Amino acid sequence: MTVANASHERNPNDPNASNAPNEPNLLRKTPLNARHHASGARMVPFAGWEMPLEYAGITSEHMAVRTRAGLFDVSHMGEVEIAGRDALAAVQRIVCSDPAQLRVGHAQYTGLLTPDGTFLDDLIVYRLAPTHFLLVVNASNAEKDYAWISEQVKAAGDAVAVDSSSRYALLALQGPAALDVLQPLTGVELAAIPAFGFAYGEVAGARATIARTGYTGEDGFEIFVPPNMADRVWQAILESGRSAGVVAAGLGARDTLRLEAGMRLFGNDIDESTTVLEAGLGWIVGWTNERFIGRDPLLRQKEQGVTRRLVGLEMIDPGIARHGYRVLQDGRPVGVVTSGTQTPYLKKAIGMAYVPVALARSGTEIAIDIRGRAARARVVPMPFYKRRT
Amino acid sequence: MAYPDDRRYTKDHEWIRVSGDTAEVGITDYAQQQLGDVVYVELPEVGAHVTAGQPFGTIESVKAVSELVAPMGGQVVEVNNHLKQHPEVVNNDPHASWMIKVRVANPGEAAALLDSAQYQKLLG
Repeated sequence: MTVANASHERNPNDPNASNAPNEPNLLRKTPLNARHHASGARMVPFAGWEMPLEYAGITSEHMAVRTRAGLFDVSHMGEVEIAGRDALAAVQRIVCSDPAQLRVGHAQYTGLLTPDGTFLDDLIVYRLAPTHFLLVVNASNAEKDYAWISEQVKAAGDAVAVDSSSRYALLALQGPAALDVLQPLTGVELAAIPAFGFAYGEVAGARATIARTGYTGEDGFEIFVPPNMADRVWQAILESGRSAGVVAAGLGARDTLRLEAGMRLFGNDIDESTTVLEAGLGWIVGWTNERFIGRDPLLRQKEQGVTRRLVGLEMIDPGIARHGYRVLQDGRPVGVVTSGTQTPYLKKAIGMAYVPVALARSGTEIAIDIRGRAARARVVPMPFYKRRT
Repeated sequence: MAYPDDRRYTKDHEWIRVSGDTAEVGITDYAQQQLGDVVYVELPEVGAHVTAGQPFGTIESVKAVSELVAPMGGQVVEVNNHLKQHPEVVNNDPHASWMIKVRVANPGEAAALLDSAQYQKLLG
C-alpha cells in the first residue's frame, strides 16, 4: 500500500499545506499539545504546527459533531488586533465586507484581498469596541497576513495592528448539544448570543470571549481563553459533555464537516488566483465599503460577469474527486477539483470544483479525471448539508 | 492486534495467504490504522493479471488515496465485492478482509516475503 496522491493534496493533514517548517522539532505546539498526546490523538504537521488529525477516527468525530457535539483545538489560528481612532477606516481598507455595518459584539465572515480582488486569506472580523477589532486568520497565512495588515494599517492614520496570536488559545465546541454542554460552565446567557455575536465572561473559571461562530455548519461556540487556562477549559467542557456524548475532534473531521457545509478552505478552494466572485462568495462583499483593497477589479468583474465559478459536485460514478483532479468536458480538461471527500454524514462523494460558467448550472453533468478514468459527476447546489433550525 | 502466522507480509503493508495455488490478498492492521476510516475500495475485474510489486487497485480513506500493491503475481479469480458496499470492514477486521483471490503463478515466491515476526520487527 503506497500513498498515491500526496503530491497534489493540500488538505489539513498534508505536511506540504504551507511553506512553514514541518520538521517535528521545529513545529509549534498549542497549549493543549500534551493533552492531545495523552488522549492518543494522531498528531500531524499542519502549517508549521503539530496538530491533532483525529482521536477516535474522522468518521465518528464527524458524526458526533452532527448529532451531539465535538470539541476542537484551533489555537493555531492567528489573531490580529487593530485599534486606534482610525481603526474602522483601517479595517475597512483591509477587508472586503463593510465593518462599518458591524455592531460592537458582532462578527462577520470576510476576505483579505489582493489589489486584484483575489484572496490573500479568508477570516472572521470581530468588533470588540467602536475602535477595536479582532481578526482571526488561517494559521497557514498568519505571518503573511500580519505583515500585509501592518503595512496597510500604517497608511490608514491613527491605528495600530498587533499580532496577538500568542495571547489566545481557541477552542471550538460545535454541534447541536453545544449550548447545553457549555451553559453549566459559564454565567453568560448563551442563548442570548445571536449567530455571529459574542460575549465576555468566564468559562470554567477562565476569562473568556465566547463567540457563536464556527466552521462545521452546526450551531456552536468558539471560545477564546488565556493559553494557561486552555487545558482546564478543555477538560471542563469534555467533562460537562460526557453524558451527552461530546468528544474531542481533530482537523480531519473539521475538514469533512466544513466541506459538507459548503465552506471554502483557503489553499484549496480559494487562494491568490481566485476572486471572491469566482468563489461564489459575492454575498460577503460589502459594496457600501468604498475603501477596501481589490474593490475596483471586483466591481468590474461583477459588471462583466465571471468566466468560471466554484460549484458543488456530487459523484454519479463510483470514486472520490480529490483536490487537483481535472474536470473534463468531452474528454478535454476544463476545470479543476479543489476539495473532495466521501462525506461521513451524507454518505456521498462530494466536492467543489472550478468550472466554466456554461457548466455551473445545478444539474449539469460533468466528468472528473479520477487517475485516468473519466467518472461522471453532477453539479449540485451548496451547501451539501444544512442543519435543521 | 496480532499478525497471524498463516500468511506472509510485505513492506508495503499487504498480507497474502497462499493455499495451494491460490492466495488471498488484503492489507494489514497497521495499514488500516495509518489510512484511517476506509470509504472506498477499487479492485480489478476477475480475470485480470496482477504483477508482484505493481498496483492492482486503490483504497481511499476519508483523507487519502493509496495504491494496493500485489505481493505476488497471478490471475485474479475472485473479487470481494462485499467491500464495495461495506469498505469499513477493512478497518474493523483487516486480516479477515481479503480483497482479491489470485491464482499465483509461482507459489514458491511466498517464501521471499516477510513472515509475521519479520513484519512486526519492521513495524518496530
